[in-house]
Amino acid sequence: MSDAHDAKLVEEGAALARRPGRTTTPVPAVPENWAGVAHADPLSRGHRGYVGTPLARLDGPVKVRGRAPFAAEYGYDDLAYAALAYSTIPKGRMTGLDTAAAEASPGVVLVLTHRNAPRLNPQPGYDMSLRDPGIGFERLPVMQDDRVHWNGQPIALVLAETQEQADHAASLIHATYAAEPAVTSFAAALAAGTRPLEIFGRRIRVELGDAEQALAASAVSVDETYRTPPHHHNTIEPHAVTVAWHGDELRVHDSTQGVLHTAWTLGQILGIDPARIRVTSPFVGGGFGVKVLWQHHVLAAVASRTAGRPVRLALSREGVFRMTGGRPPAEQRVAVGADEDGRIRAIVHTGAYATTRHSPWPEPLSMASQNHYASDAFVLDTSMAYADLVQNCSMRTPGSTIGFFALESAVDELAGKLGMDPIELRLRNETATNPIGGKPFSSRHAAEAWRAGAERFGWSRRSPVPGSVRDGEWLAGMGCAMVSHHYQRRPGGAARIRLTADGRARAEVAAHEMGMGTATVQSQILADRLGLDIDRVSVGYGDSAMPGRFLAVGSSQSAGIGGALLAATRNLMDELLKLVRDGSPLAGLTLAEVGAVNGGLAALDDPSRHESYESVLARAGRAELVVEGSGEPPAEMANVSMFSFGAIFCEVRVSSVTGETRVSRILGSIDCGRVLNPRTAASQFRGGIVMGLGAALTEETVFDDRNGRIVNASLGDYHVPAHLDVPPIDLIWTDIPDPYAPAGARGIGELSSTGVAPAVANAIHNATGRRIRDLPITPEKLL
Amino acid sequence: MTEDGGPVRINGSPVALPDDPRVSLLDLLREQAGLHGTKKGCDQGACGACTVLVDGQRVLSCLALAVQYAGREVVTIEGLSEGDTPHPLQRAFVEHEGFQCGYCTPGQICSALGMMAEVERGVPSYVTADLGAATAGLDGDELRERMSGNLCRCGAYNGIADAVAETFAGRTR
Repeated sequence: MSDAHDAKLVEEGAALARRPGRTTTPVPAVPENWAGVAHADPLSRGHRGYVGTPLARLDGPVKVRGRAPFAAEYGYDDLAYAALAYSTIPKGRMTGLDTAAAEASPGVVLVLTHRNAPRLNPQPGYDMSLRDPGIGFERLPVMQDDRVHWNGQPIALVLAETQEQADHAASLIHATYAAEPAVTSFAAALAAGTRPLEIFGRRIRVELGDAEQALAASAVSVDETYRTPPHHHNTIEPHAVTVAWHGDELRVHDSTQGVLHTAWTLGQILGIDPARIRVTSPFVGGGFGVKVLWQHHVLAAVASRTAGRPVRLALSREGVFRMTGGRPPAEQRVAVGADEDGRIRAIVHTGAYATTRHSPWPEPLSMASQNHYASDAFVLDTSMAYADLVQNCSMRTPGSTIGFFALESAVDELAGKLGMDPIELRLRNETATNPIGGKPFSSRHAAEAWRAGAERFGWSRRSPVPGSVRDGEWLAGMGCAMVSHHYQRRPGGAARIRLTADGRARAEVAAHEMGMGTATVQSQILADRLGLDIDRVSVGYGDSAMPGRFLAVGSSQSAGIGGALLAATRNLMDELLKLVRDGSPLAGLTLAEVGAVNGGLAALDDPSRHESYESVLARAGRAELVVEGSGEPPAEMANVSMFSFGAIFCEVRVSSVTGETRVSRILGSIDCGRVLNPRTAASQFRGGIVMGLGAALTEETVFDDRNGRIVNASLGDYHVPAHLDVPPIDLIWTDIPDPYAPAGARGIGELSSTGVAPAVANAIHNATGRRIRDLPITPEKLL
Repeated sequence: MTEDGGPVRINGSPVALPDDPRVSLLDLLREQAGLHGTKKGCDQGACGACTVLVDGQRVLSCLALAVQYAGREVVTIEGLSEGDTPHPLQRAFVEHEGFQCGYCTPGQICSALGMMAEVERGVPSYVTADLGAATAGLDGDELRERMSGNLCRCGAYNGIADAVAETFAGRTR
């Protein structure tokens, strides 16, 4: 958006805050069995209320004052501080672990190692079937034996009176090892052989027609190999917990994407009822997939119980690199064959990534090619290569970020070979149905997004001849790439709504705010569903004692909360009608006959038959009404293919002297269903694009191939984008509600990041004539 | 440890210096003064989340040993608002979406205030063309270059730059 557009949004936001917020149209309850029925939700039918307006973040004032409490900021009397010591070999056995100096060090309360740690149950890993709410990312025992599984594994925890004392004592821990042969590089892992990736016990391989034969028969084709490095999330808040035992009850102040999952998983490991563990996480200083359960959760809880004191365990930045994983390295083959008119006939997308033998987490990179181009034939498959490295983890758009780099680079290469505009090539291969399986898309406006984006970006000014635009030492070029991400509503969502006699409603969901604007956007939805002013609703979240099984992953949380809230508001309206007394304007009306409006319920066919919530509760003599509702199983995904779409356009300047790439302009053109809040949505789109810029140009976790140790385990050496790397990011969107999604909105947390690296690579090719198939595109690759 | 000029003053109040000389100014703020608004992102001077103002200059409090700050005046994010009235820059951060998770935000805000003081003193930056000019500006790449020591992994850089530019518009001519 332009500055003027941004200013307009701010103005609108201010105007919104002043207006009464009472829509004149009663909003009916969403009927049961809505999932899978088009336009069942009135908020997906163009209802105008708070949804769709640019409300400023409700937690903004707290955050800008520094008053938002994060996990490492909860105080307890008698709090002890923890520090960790890490292994320095990738694989083997500890033959000695000298803790004497640490134990004698001033202020030390406890040194915990495998020798004195209490016996623990195995870690239940993340459960891909979603049956159990496991959120462990390594199926390994936590400090139970002398085995070392990777270079950087915690081998001892030191507890001391101060952080300084703990850090110093941890530096005195000395281990000796009997090293065993280890696979410490991706190349070595590939050389040792790969095995097919399975999800739910089934290979993800997709075969349609004879793709290799169709490829060979294609008039024009590309067939290339693309390489991507490991990445780390590097949330600015490092992982941290503050834990305290109250008798048999464990209190965990956490920074997590899964409060209930963390409580459940800790309960399994510690052997206690998860209901006796309360995990809260009101603010999360960035997640992106990595704020899951790692060993520090377990170690802090164990140390606290052993020492009998509350414990804070905040990972150092180095610790974040050593013991929490990121995106794995990958090598992919993408081949695309087409007719001379650009009609795609074959897509082959296969590749392998590095993972550990104890990993529960897949990186399904070939799925990136599964749902987009109308091709006759496909072979798509992902395989794994085992390495003895830190566990890989879900990182913003697993599979897709690197899968799209390969696919969308290859499509650009194909356009070049065809002598065709890359946007035209994509438009010629648009499809109304999913090419795999044939289901219709719930709402696909990718072509509109491409055309609107090209127009706004000035794509017609792009020179089709690579290396032809020069400005002094700088070579300029434009590139584009598709973005896409699936819609997902995970089962288990539930919400509780408390309506009080003063006409206020508070919803509670065990969901998460990591910067997405969760409470703000869900408050807008709740206000519209109940016909209340925005300042009369609130949404509580981030507490495992609240209802629902939410995991803030896969861009699924908004849909999950949405599905739970629409059920809970229906139940609330139903219960309210049971309280209606004779003499009420609502008397005799059924749930199907009423809607929420003006702070109460009204007859749909005669809004003058209205009674406020205060009045209904007062007549019934009730101080409050509390209801719960559970999201229906996600049947909307059964018969239609639900994806978001869009395109990234970017302009780069590459120095012919240094090889440095500067991104000078970016536009995202997005088709994500209804935009619930243009401010927070724009922020998420921009954030994904910025993370994509890092993947494109600077980010790489560098392992020492000899010993599997990360050598750039700091923010000084691992380069995330900084202010000067990020130009103003322009955004437009179609804003066409998805008829099958709650409130018409598909998730957006990961969408924009998927196509950034290929858009940059394609722009660099347009600028320089150099095709780089190996991320990040650092200066030396362009010299 | 107050013989070298007394305690450090934090947001106008005296705070005793620590006995342990290893305590950083950041940890003094967070663990002893109870001021958690200043954030620990890397503890290595690489992310800027811990930025505070010391006698008006921006300082990475994680790289500052607390005992060296006797008699100095430290202002943290908590010291910027007057009562319930936020600093104009704090308000601008909300209006311009200058954050998502909020963790780097206090450092961004303190850094921007210190940066503006540098600009007004004519301190040049890496992208300043005329190193001899008496005053600097925020035009072109200046603002973004000068704020590049403050990382935001949520990627709210556009909003941060807009908030800073709007708040300080007219202060650099």
